Amino acid sequence: MSMSTEAVTPGRGWRRYFTWNTDHKVIGVQYLVTTFCFFLIGGLLAMLVRAELAQPGPDFLNGTEFNRFLTNHGSVMLFLWIIPVLAGFGNYLVPLMIGARDMAFPNMNALSFWLIPPAGLIMLASFFVGAAEAGWTAYAPLSIQTPVGQTLWAVSVIILGTSSLLGAVNFVTTVFTMRAEGMTFWRLPLFVWGMLATSLLVLLATPVLTAGLVLIAMDRMAGTLFFSASNGGDPILWQNMFWFYSHPAVYIMVLPAMGIVSEVYPVFSRKPIFGYKAIAMSSMAISILGLTVWAHHMFTSGMDPRLRIPYMISSMIIAVPTGIKIFSWLATIWDGKIRFTTPMLFALGFISMFLIGGITGIFLAAIPIDVHVHDTYFVVAHLHFVLFGGSVSAVYAGLYYWFPKITGRMYDERLGKVHFVANFVGTNLTYLPMFLAGLLGMPRRVSDYSPEFTTLNLLATLGAFLLGTSALPFIYNAVVSWVSGPKAAANPWRALTLEWQTDSPPPAENFHQPPVVNSGPYDYGQPMGVSGQAQAVPAVGD
Amino acid sequence: MREATRSADEAGMFAAGVRLGLDHLKLGMWLFLASEVMFFGGLISAFMHFKVNNPSPESSLLDVVLVGLNTFVLLTSSLTVVLGLAAIQRGDRRGLIGYLTATILLGTAFLVGQGNEFATLYRHGITLSSSLFGSSFFTLTGFHGLHVLVGICWALSTLVKALRAGYSQGSYLGVEVFGLYWHFVDIVWIILFTLIYLI
Repeated sequence: MSMSTEAVTPGRGWRRYFTWNTDHKVIGVQYLVTTFCFFLIGGLLAMLVRAELAQPGPDFLNGTEFNRFLTNHGSVMLFLWIIPVLAGFGNYLVPLMIGARDMAFPNMNALSFWLIPPAGLIMLASFFVGAAEAGWTAYAPLSIQTPVGQTLWAVSVIILGTSSLLGAVNFVTTVFTMRAEGMTFWRLPLFVWGMLATSLLVLLATPVLTAGLVLIAMDRMAGTLFFSASNGGDPILWQNMFWFYSHPAVYIMVLPAMGIVSEVYPVFSRKPIFGYKAIAMSSMAISILGLTVWAHHMFTSGMDPRLRIPYMISSMIIAVPTGIKIFSWLATIWDGKIRFTTPMLFALGFISMFLIGGITGIFLAAIPIDVHVHDTYFVVAHLHFVLFGGSVSAVYAGLYYWFPKITGRMYDERLGKVHFVANFVGTNLTYLPMFLAGLLGMPRRVSDYSPEFTTLNLLATLGAFLLGTSALPFIYNAVVSWVSGPKAAANPWRALTLEWQTDSPPPAENFHQPPVVNSGPYDYGQPMGVSGQAQAVPAVGD
Repeated sequence: MREATRSADEAGMFAAGVRLGLDHLKLGMWLFLASEVMFFGGLISAFMHFKVNNPSPESSLLDVVLVGLNTFVLLTSSLTVVLGLAAIQRGDRRGLIGYLTATILLGTAFLVGQGNEFATLYRHGITLSSSLFGSSFFTLTGFHGLHVLVGICWALSTLVKALRAGYSQGSYLGVEVFGLYWHFVDIVWIILFTLIYLI
């Protein structure tokens, strides 16, 4: 798939996508296409898992195989799809949005990308030697007892963490040192604020996971005793190190997504964004607060009960900056001149489904509820509403929104809407029944279940297959439009951010002359709006 | 002053950083070091968790005096980096070469001292897999040692560039950025020495 979509970039060779290229736009496309391939693999694994769960009893996977598929589904989706695809958007967009010619460290940027394919191959190759089967959370002591694939898994995640870290160093440095003249911090597009907040979290949280993975790898290969309970080691230590990263990682997976929809709402509502500074600062608040909540994943682990209340409170406080964002978005589209284009539909899908994921997150932060539904399908439903209903919807919104900019071609709006409807129905059909199954007590991560849950599981499986199928119109649309779609104007959405003030696709080094910014990114309906920024780049299409 | 020696092109690209007084290379290094703080933070937390909750009599075998001497060697190497930077800022290239060589020798001496300490502990039966103390002690100090080794390699490449007249009174950013890393590795050791050997 990647071959055919890349082979047709107008006027320029597709081969550059297979080389060490330091152009941030090439690297951005490399990220987007590669991670989408991993998304398809992760989705295939999910459909296998759902097929097994369509009926109770063992159907075609034994317990070990089920655990392997499930573990790699989670790991591929999180570490090889949602985190790096958002970094892909960051690579393509951050320099364009701030009016820079490239990232601060172009070679390190290429390295960030080129670490991903080998890491993905290492993770998937583990299927030939006994793949990881301890869940994406790799809880010890199981994760130090399983076959050698678990070591490959740890190595792969360490490499992916390093890629993510190098990217974060690059993003922060780029935003601080390479903004165009007049691009003050309060004129940064909200996607850039989202990338800044995310990069801060990556810098502070990822190394702790790396340290934990090093300890797992040492336990497995060098005979150390860190997590070996029978030798006095402490499996709970792993949980602390893991969640110190992996809870903030949820924000790493959602803050750039929130940035994407913050770009989409004002453009298709033709209104200035409501509460620009509040949205920007709430991203930073989520980053900082996000580092203080990790033990809410461990309420039932036997942790000191006195610590549970503080973690419950800090977790619930996250709802405040999140709520600020949601109300600001609603106020943005309120009374706007809304255009229901495909990106806008996905952005609206984001807000509705992310809300369900977010609110059930508050349920789970409450100790009495968490103790009841811990490790049930309620948790599975919650996280998929956040990450699939939320982040993946926003990724699709972004892919459609920037498709004309990246490819220079227009996608097919009708197919886009078919994709949206199938995706929206599929997501809700898959994950809503899981809330019910979880509340009724169905444990997650088990290949079998009691017959009373059959209807709910069958619904979820049907939904999963609808979701899997819903990717087909997107792939078809993307490939065909990239090859032969109608030529896109430089600024088909009449947006004000800088990436739209240059050609589609942008030339090498992005702008024909260095842009000068003298208005905000969402000043719709204000006299200085378009003219102010367009002044910098005379060659605006549209 | 430094900007003068870079191409005007690059100065234009990083104009926003110049206005903030931020050099992009140094900022990038600081951000990387922030992540290194968290990496060592994770390993130190694991070590302290076991030190507090599973105290081991084996820790009495540690030789505070000898390691204290080694600590002095490593701290001196930070001094030589500072002196080397000061030398090139005066335009004294030979001074830079001399002090970088001293840094490499002192760093190597530290690693030899650490290797000697590890060998002694191994002879007493303390290994990676003998106890939680062994696991956490060797992992933590070993990763610090690896960072010193990386620093020595970096110092060597800086030295090679200095020998080829790659630095001058107006252009010494590479020495400065290397120095940030080297001082960081030293500071980590001060924390490790305190936590492992003194308390």
